[in-house]
Amino acid sequence: MPARTSWIPYALIAPSVIFLGALFLVPLVQTIWLSFSAGDGFSLGNYQRMASDLNFSLAVRNTFLLTLVVVPLQVVLALAMATMVTKLDKGRDLVLWVLTIPLGISDLAAGLAWLALLQNTGYLNSALYALGLIQGPVGWLSQETPWALFFAIVLAELWRATAIVLVILIAGLQLIPKEFSEAAEIFGAKPWTRFTRITLPLLKPSLQSALILRTVLAFEVFAVVYALGGRNFPVLAGEAYVWQNDNQNYGVAAAYAVLIMAISLAATAVYLRALRTRPEQLP
Amino acid sequence: MADIVIDRVVKEFGTFRALQEVSLTVNDGEFVALLGPSGCGKTTLLRIIAGLETQTSGHVVIGGQDVSTLAPRKRGLAMVFQNYAVFPHMTVFENVAFGLRMQKAQQAEVKRKVERAAALLHIESYLDRYPAKLSGGQRQRVAVARALAVEPAVLLMDEPLSNLDALLRLEMRTELKAVLREAGTTTIYVTHDQTEAMGLADRIAVMYGGKIDQIGSPLEIYATPATRFVGGFIGSPPMNFIKVQCSHGTARIGDAALPCPTTGMDMELGLRGEDASLAPNGSGIPFDIRVVEPMGSHLLLTGSIDGQPARIVAPPIAKVSPGERVGLTVDPARVTWIDSTTGRAVVRA
Amino acid sequence: MTIQAAELPRTGKSRSMTLPSARRLLLWTGLAVLLAWVLVPIYFVALGAFGGRLGVFRWPKTIWPADLSLAAMTQFLGIEGVFNALVNSLIAAGLTVVFSILLGAPAGYALARYTFPGQNAYRLLVLLTRAFPLAILALPLTVSFIRFGLYDTPFGVSLIHTVLALPFAALVTQSLFMGIPREYEEAAWVFGCTRFQAFMKVVLPLALPGLAATAIFAFVISWNEVFAASILTVRERTLTAYLLRILSESPLHYRFAGGFILIIPSVLFIFAVRRYLFAVWGIASK
Repeated sequence: MPARTSWIPYALIAPSVIFLGALFLVPLVQTIWLSFSAGDGFSLGNYQRMASDLNFSLAVRNTFLLTLVVVPLQVVLALAMATMVTKLDKGRDLVLWVLTIPLGISDLAAGLAWLALLQNTGYLNSALYALGLIQGPVGWLSQETPWALFFAIVLAELWRATAIVLVILIAGLQLIPKEFSEAAEIFGAKPWTRFTRITLPLLKPSLQSALILRTVLAFEVFAVVYALGGRNFPVLAGEAYVWQNDNQNYGVAAAYAVLIMAISLAATAVYLRALRTRPEQLP
Repeated sequence: MADIVIDRVVKEFGTFRALQEVSLTVNDGEFVALLGPSGCGKTTLLRIIAGLETQTSGHVVIGGQDVSTLAPRKRGLAMVFQNYAVFPHMTVFENVAFGLRMQKAQQAEVKRKVERAAALLHIESYLDRYPAKLSGGQRQRVAVARALAVEPAVLLMDEPLSNLDALLRLEMRTELKAVLREAGTTTIYVTHDQTEAMGLADRIAVMYGGKIDQIGSPLEIYATPATRFVGGFIGSPPMNFIKVQCSHGTARIGDAALPCPTTGMDMELGLRGEDASLAPNGSGIPFDIRVVEPMGSHLLLTGSIDGQPARIVAPPIAKVSPGERVGLTVDPARVTWIDSTTGRAVVRA
Repeated sequence: MTIQAAELPRTGKSRSMTLPSARRLLLWTGLAVLLAWVLVPIYFVALGAFGGRLGVFRWPKTIWPADLSLAAMTQFLGIEGVFNALVNSLIAAGLTVVFSILLGAPAGYALARYTFPGQNAYRLLVLLTRAFPLAILALPLTVSFIRFGLYDTPFGVSLIHTVLALPFAALVTQSLFMGIPREYEEAAWVFGCTRFQAFMKVVLPLALPGLAATAIFAFVISWNEVFAASILTVRERTLTAYLLRILSESPLHYRFAGGFILIIPSVLFIFAVRRYLFAVWGIASK
């Protein structure tokens, strides 16, 4: 039983509240304020500049495209992985360790790892050359091959960030008592029916948090893209970085930041609504 | 409706032998309880019959068909799980209808059968609710209704009452018996609770250490246990075992003499606490009382016979006190003789 | 009354313990593909890191190691700024660990042991951080960091990284402390400990492995973060920021060497916390 209310819990949470206030809430407000103030007073100038920039529509399109392709693929891949892993009895720990290694790898390092594979004189081209499919080194990651570059980024993102979805889903699967699936089996459900009628609905809360986490991160995507394609493939966070660091224009960078936040919040809201579990349906 | 034949089923987990050549026949429409302490293999056996576990060797035959290698869904059975496994994301109606839906039954038939099962278990009034809103007892009813709705040839129950509180357990037990009698389904019921097994089952299979020690009607198992374990496991208080010496067909304890079936081996006298009565004049088997516990309907006396611990049941009005030595009289026809070395009962000729 | 033996003929072993062999083969093939999918890029970046200039431009390449030497790696570490960046990364990650545990664990303890008005508001604040791309918040911080002298310091970077790691630490430690029965603490109080002593003597030792796992996660979060680190530093870059900056101008084998150095601690850390991975994420994703 929790003890009666006293000053102790407040003293315990106070440091983190102050910290999050100063470094989360304040910058949040600052960003919004900064984005709406060009020169003096309220203005949409930064947003106009952002929108009129050549790369803007490309960045929006690319970011959405990446998210819409990568996130669903990650969920499907992670579900397949999780299903396979739960069938294992021997070697389960080792397999899980290897599959979750990318969890600890930064997006920059992931981009570099795939660069080793996909660069002009890299391993993909060497393999294609050995198979007689190409005559010499081919560039996949240049502005001239946008779809190849896109595909490379998708691969690197799948490689890096499926692990986190996998971990969340396996953690969720562990919370589902095996009796549910067994009962369904006894009452005549085939494996696919058990998966769609029992496992997936019961996994909904985990799917929801995995989707929120991954989508928010996907809209922030940046270093993978830079490592593989430089500025050949503009994305929103990358543009924010360029406006801040190279152009030293904090206002437009803030406008990008607000845009990314707005999209992330909207996506979160959509997931919370679409995948909500009514309280009475909780186990 | 179907009979079940379990033929020399062995289950090994690695080097551990959970079941050692278990064979058992359950007749059509019969209710058999698998009774035993935890770890005796009873749940493993049930799960092998269900097909949730695969036996290392041996066969399971249901209704004349060898189902040993069939998937659970092809065995024509239903099961009630210990934690009910009522699906939290479906309404009670959909839970009860689940098996019928899997059989692709017509909507009208589903409705009819669900309603009949619901009526049987008195859950009609909350068919459209979700399980989270139900109490343990109500969920239990849903689990049973779900199993009965498919009109299974065989019903398997894995400790279905163990998660209920004592009062509800008694109520559900009675009701379960009535419902299953009406349905007439062949039932195998796993429990560690002897009163459940005694109250419900036509026959009880007492399991211990991966084997069936004895199978018989509740009365047989109670009155003539086949092993020391069965005697000690069944009945409350458990059977007393007193080491005695048999010479010339007679065992002597104090100034009492009992005819024993054989001569020349180490024997134990298996005596039920309720089969001994206080001798009016202190003669018979001497019993040293250490503790007296009034239980309302009777007195539970704990003490020793010939230096060996024993529990005896006495009438509630008996005048006894701790530290006293009393005499017990015993009906020789109601004692069990156990061979000390094998632990098996010695059958009287 | 006796055990009945049915009259079926005995046939050796029935099907094996779990899956039939054809499906087992399929399962292991699938897993082998997945394992290769994870490991192959790491292998190639390692080859790139140790292959030096020659290895990178060798054409066509073989998948077996060739021209490996430590020279490329030592050259890379010898470049001006690289070693400094490595140190900065370690400092920032170390500070992030300290801050997120010091700030997060007490909050987690409060959430686990007390019910108090404002509890749900606090939870909401913590959960709210997840709906935001936090690294982006580094953008407006530049100005105030310059004002407070935090700009271009590993300390400043660690502050924003703590914003990333703190919610995680609070939620994980909460469930960690909930898993330690309150009765242990109460027993310590009864036997004469103050609240603080009881915490130090009873709760902390039990929570230590979980706290260590939380710390490692905080470290990895900071070690890997690119965006905020790049925004908030100019000279005192972290390794990720440094690599990002030199991406376009440095030769490939240096990039691979950098990538390899970034990957190694992650692999080891994930190995160290593998037992906690699922417990931790099961909680943190609720």
